[in-house]
Amino acid sequence: MAVALDLLVQIAQMVLVLALAPLFAGYVRKVKAHLLRRQGPPLVQPYREVLRLLRKDVVLADSASWVFRVSPYLVFATTWVAAALVPTFATGLVFSYAADVIAIVALLGSARFMLALAGLDVGTSFGGIGSSREMLIASLAEPAMLMVVFTLSLLAGSTQLSSIAAFMQASDVGLRFSLALALIGLIMVAIAENARIPIDNPATHLELTMVHEAMILEYSGRHLALIEAAAFLKLLLYVSVIACVFFPWGIATSGQGLVAYVAAVGVYLLKLAAGGFLLAAFETAIAKMRVFRVPDFLGAALMLGFLATLLLFVTMAG
Amino acid sequence: MDRLALDVAHLFAGGLVLVSFMLLYQDRMTGLVNNFALHALVVSLAVAWQAHIQHAPHLYITAAIALGVKAIVIPLALHRIIVQLGIHRTIETVVGIGQTMLAGIGLVALSIIVMLPITAKAGTLAQQDLAFALSVLLLGLLMMISRRNAVSQVIGFMSIENGLILAATGAKGMPLVVEISVAFSILIALIVIGVFLFRIRERFDTVDIHALHEYRGEQP
Amino acid sequence: MALTGLLWCVGALLAISAAAIPAARLRSASLLVYGATLLVCASALGLAIASLLAGGMQPDSLTLPVGLPWLGAHFRLDALAAFFLVVVNLGAASASVYGIGYGRHEEAPGRVLPFFPAFLAGMNLVVLADDAFTFLFTWEFMSLTSWALVMAHHRRAGNAAAGYLYLIMASFGTLALLLAFGLLAGPAGGYAFQAIRAAPPVAGVAAGVLVLTLIGAGSKAGLVPLHVWLPLAHPAAPSHVSALMSGVMTKVAVYGVVRIVFDLLGVPTWWAGALVALLGGVTAVMGVLHALMEHDLKRLLAYHTVENIGIIFIGLGLALAFGANGMRAAAALALTAALFHVFNHSVFKSLLFFGSGAVLTATGERDMEQLGGLIHRMPRTAFAFLVGSAAISALPPFNGFVSEWLTFQAILVSPALPQWLLKFLVPAIGALLALSAALAAACFVKAFGVTFLGRPRSEAARNAREVDRWSLATMFILAALCLVAGILPGYFIDALAPVTHSLAGSRMPPQGALDWLTIVPVAQSRSSYNGLLLFLLIAFAAGLGAEAIHRWASGALRRSAAWDCGFPDASPATQYTAGSFSQPIRRVFGSVVFRAREEVRIPPPGDLQPAHMHVRLRDVLWDVFYAPLTGVVGYVADRFNKVQFLSIRAYLTLVFGALVALLMVLAVWQ
Repeated sequence: MAVALDLLVQIAQMVLVLALAPLFAGYVRKVKAHLLRRQGPPLVQPYREVLRLLRKDVVLADSASWVFRVSPYLVFATTWVAAALVPTFATGLVFSYAADVIAIVALLGSARFMLALAGLDVGTSFGGIGSSREMLIASLAEPAMLMVVFTLSLLAGSTQLSSIAAFMQASDVGLRFSLALALIGLIMVAIAENARIPIDNPATHLELTMVHEAMILEYSGRHLALIEAAAFLKLLLYVSVIACVFFPWGIATSGQGLVAYVAAVGVYLLKLAAGGFLLAAFETAIAKMRVFRVPDFLGAALMLGFLATLLLFVTMAG
Repeated sequence: MDRLALDVAHLFAGGLVLVSFMLLYQDRMTGLVNNFALHALVVSLAVAWQAHIQHAPHLYITAAIALGVKAIVIPLALHRIIVQLGIHRTIETVVGIGQTMLAGIGLVALSIIVMLPITAKAGTLAQQDLAFALSVLLLGLLMMISRRNAVSQVIGFMSIENGLILAATGAKGMPLVVEISVAFSILIALIVIGVFLFRIRERFDTVDIHALHEYRGEQP
Repeated sequence: MALTGLLWCVGALLAISAAAIPAARLRSASLLVYGATLLVCASALGLAIASLLAGGMQPDSLTLPVGLPWLGAHFRLDALAAFFLVVVNLGAASASVYGIGYGRHEEAPGRVLPFFPAFLAGMNLVVLADDAFTFLFTWEFMSLTSWALVMAHHRRAGNAAAGYLYLIMASFGTLALLLAFGLLAGPAGGYAFQAIRAAPPVAGVAAGVLVLTLIGAGSKAGLVPLHVWLPLAHPAAPSHVSALMSGVMTKVAVYGVVRIVFDLLGVPTWWAGALVALLGGVTAVMGVLHALMEHDLKRLLAYHTVENIGIIFIGLGLALAFGANGMRAAAALALTAALFHVFNHSVFKSLLFFGSGAVLTATGERDMEQLGGLIHRMPRTAFAFLVGSAAISALPPFNGFVSEWLTFQAILVSPALPQWLLKFLVPAIGALLALSAALAAACFVKAFGVTFLGRPRSEAARNAREVDRWSLATMFILAALCLVAGILPGYFIDALAPVTHSLAGSRMPPQGALDWLTIVPVAQSRSSYNGLLLFLLIAFAAGLGAEAIHRWASGALRRSAAWDCGFPDASPATQYTAGSFSQPIRRVFGSVVFRAREEVRIPPPGDLQPAHMHVRLRDVLWDVFYAPLTGVVGYVADRFNKVQFLSIRAYLTLVFGALVALLMVLAVWQ
């Protein structure tokens, strides 16, 4: 019975993240527009974009191979599976033991691998520029992510997201400075991985400023719809991870009643709203960096992670 | 020592180390001076908190001196010096910023490895403060040796003094007169350095240390 | 019983090697020789798997009356040897299958066919050896036969120099191992491993043995700074031999390190673990950075071997550090991670080398800058190479991810270590490991993307043809093994349990009985991973997405020219090359690690000359370490040259002086 309930929660989460992801992206765009004193597109515009793309023809380059055609499905599938394994409103997900946070990050790495290959497939220079810059950013973001995971595992004794959330909720963690440093490091990594300003501009089509957009330049129709959906899911995933680890209050644990779950969904929506607002404000307040300043940015995230670990060692020794 | 007191003290001491890293990351002059003001602010907050939990009112005066002199007066003076000297606003580093930060992390690890076993018998608070204070001191020295600009070296020198203040207050029982004399000597040193900077700037049109080497007749 | 069977297999290999000398002239020589080695290695593989799975069996020993008269040749089959025999013979069997197809294009079969079975025999014997003399003899035999294989195409540019360097480094390594065994045997001169196990050395001697083993076996494995021969020698050999050298011979070197350090040295010290782990971390990052700068496909793969050896040594170092502090369960975890990575790497590295051999056969090119678009001409090879690339980049659900995940779990257990230096060093090594994993993914996007994807950059690439069935069959079998090991890792971890039990005193919790085939390295609450479930979920999600798209989205598709932001169809020369792909990474890391210098010469407007961009990369190790060393050796040799031209009286004086000196030493020592 408990297993059936957990399975239901898992299915509900899979549907929920897929449904919410475009809405979150639309919400961020809307807030950015309002901050710039514009009206902005409607909140449901991303849904309309995906549906429009699904109805269109696919125009395939002559030199594209099966890798180009299969990549969107694999990218979408791995990102959706990763997003389904992050506790958003409940921790009793039946498949959550299949992957801890390291495995979730590696699943996103699989998606990125396939997308980078698709960028190189057609044989134009735009795809190459996107793939090479994307792999550079990924290679610098991974050590920073690992240091954040190390800090969290040092505190919570686990890398399983449900256990970390339970630890943060239950015990008296206190005012840990290392957690603040880890939070800032994780936010910096999340910004880099999701191709937001200041690393990449999600709304640009200029070659000098493209990273993610350059890799998917040749995609059209239903393939592009899948890739856009995957990008929305990835952003939602990172915001959910930050919410689940650092602000876990309100997440329903296994065995509570239906009311608790509904309330937890409401709290999750509030967290998303707050996170989206902060992201939009941050993106509006700062300019995009030169590509060769990105290593400094991610190096700072790595240093923050290291510093958080060192500071934790000091407090735990005393 | 109750948890909240310890956590807040840890917050301020760790924050001081973080701001020292931010000083290393800066490559613009005005940003550097503002960061230094933040450095002094954090140290004054740390000392004020120590005054509160140690019930040592004379430390409030130390905090006030740090706040007033080092967080307000000296940064304002440095801003004026920069404008008057017309120093160019970017700071050249000897090695890349990434390597400097890596070296900084190594220094923090080293000071923790050295300090924690030595102070094992002292209280947790003193242990932390001493380990972090040594880190701040070493980071200040690193800043002095990895920057070519004289103004940034002055700021590195003063951040060392902030680290010493943290160490002294954490160890309980620093007399006020020592603090006042140390603060005054730093102020005098700053005035002398400022005067010299003006003279050097007049003679040689630059305060870049590497350029000055040529005038000594040494190879750069 | 199994031991005698394995020794018979080795004897059969030596017999095949002898028979291949006259048989090399036959037309079906390669089929005969490789077929015979396939049969023998397959049976050896079966024997090895059977003895590994038999679990806690007593080690089987045998002494043959060959070799030194008072010593004989000791052979022993225990759990560690059984595991490494599985690795060796799996690689050997797959190389044999590949060789049946690839060997048809061999231009000098007489130089390859006799040495190939001997090489396999040498590797098997090293793993079975149980005394110092047999170990060193078979080690040298292995080195010499592989050197002969490296020199098979000695007229090609660079191969002779590579062989020369390989010979020097191999001899130097054997010398270091000789000294190590001399220290272990001690003044009593007990060279049999049994005797050494009974009398472990004291701390100072143990430190010396460790360093000498790292130099000797580490240079054959490819540890920085002794890796310089690897990227020159491995690509010079024929492709199936390169696969064996990279995938299997380096593992035999790892076996040497494990046998000496874990088995013969007794209780480890914590600083030994720190040293080995640090060397491993530096090796991993340096290896992958060099690989990123390469555009020769085989040399890139060889540098990647260096990176993976680094990952294995990180696991070994952690196992030593945990063992020194008595944390047996954690030591078992780290050791399992390292040994599992040994297996995984031999599988996917062999696969990748076979793929590059197929590309070489089809196009005659090793340089990626001349290839491209091969996925249209060689689709099956491309698919197998893609699976290998995904596996080596540590992507779930393949096997590379599982062993790296286990290594990360071992790193996450490290805060329990009491020594402060270890507490700080291990997270730093973890960051190095994460960096090398991410850079490896970048490197294989480059390797697969530039070679197989895009448009062909030369005539050779345009006219490539798919390779024969044998090569394809072995590549697909290895690719399937990559997936299976990634989905069902619990069985492999359980198979390693007797090995870690004998070396580290403990084993990981039994994985086979867990729900849904999850693996739990420490405790369920701490972390767990389920490869099968992830694979099924991904397949389900992809299938659901495809079904939904098929039902509700437009199915229309048409071909057209590439969009390329509206530029007209450019020549294939404008697409990204290997060098341009790695340019951002070279800019970030290159100035420190390689002293990279870029020079751009653009002619003034109106000048008809092309623009030039010149990138200069130097191996810092070569400049700092090896070049001065060769200079010193040359200088000393020049000085000693005079000794050749002395008069007879001078020679007699030398002899007299030596005799007097020895007598004085004897007098003082009395």
